[in-house]
Amino acid sequence: MPTSIAREEVQRLMREEAAQLVEVLPTQEYQDEHIEGSINLPLKRLDRETAGRLDDNQPVIVY
Amino acid sequence: MSPRAAARLESLGFTKIFDYVGGKADWFAAGLPREGRLASVPRTGDIARRDDVTCRLTDRISDVVNRVREAGKETCIVTTAGNVVLGRVRIDRLERDTQALAEDVMESGPTTTRADTTLESILERLSARDVDSILVATSDGRLVGTLYRSDVESSLNEGKIEAGQPAEDEVCCCCEP
Repeated sequence: MPTSIAREEVQRLMREEAAQLVEVLPTQEYQDEHIEGSINLPLKRLDRETAGRLDDNQPVIVY
Repeated sequence: MSPRAAARLESLGFTKIFDYVGGKADWFAAGLPREGRLASVPRTGDIARRDDVTCRLTDRISDVVNRVREAGKETCIVTTAGNVVLGRVRIDRLERDTQALAEDVMESGPTTTRADTTLESILERLSARDVDSILVATSDGRLVGTLYRSDVESSLNEGKIEAGQPAEDEVCCCCEP
């Protein structure tokens, strides 16, 4: 089960566990403004191929 | 949208998945770093001054007044140990009761704004209420800093100059009428 987390835990996971931060909103919204260091995998295009950009050994944080 | 993305990643075999429920609205409201096409447009959190004097509810006013004066300020922001804003003490409005605690004399629940408010909209609010400053806080109430109306006006004027428009207080001597 995915775990819901707050901002402090996001910062800790990125700092201490090299977590990958993923914005799942449409590309236009990502291009307008996104969290520093995040990548964009829009939900509508999320499949095995696009998720291949992620390292499944490291934590993944979606927003 | 993020719970569905998290569920999809789980179905694809990912095991260490976390859902940042607050998302970028929460991140930007805290004044944390952002990137993108609109990221260079300054917001309240970018120009808020982060040099406020803070105190706790149980601090003696005599100590608070000394610290505020030493810092060359006029107010002390009363916060919890976790930096959540509870009140504000204006030292110029204090009676001479130096034995009082910050809790006894503070204004409770001062108005705050988020760190991602646009400068245009905050200037409108400050002007409408005729106030010179406002506290900036995160969505969970933690103090970011104090935003001064003069800083907002300067920043907006600088933006106009960079965009090639004359600033409001600048007379353009060479423009066609």
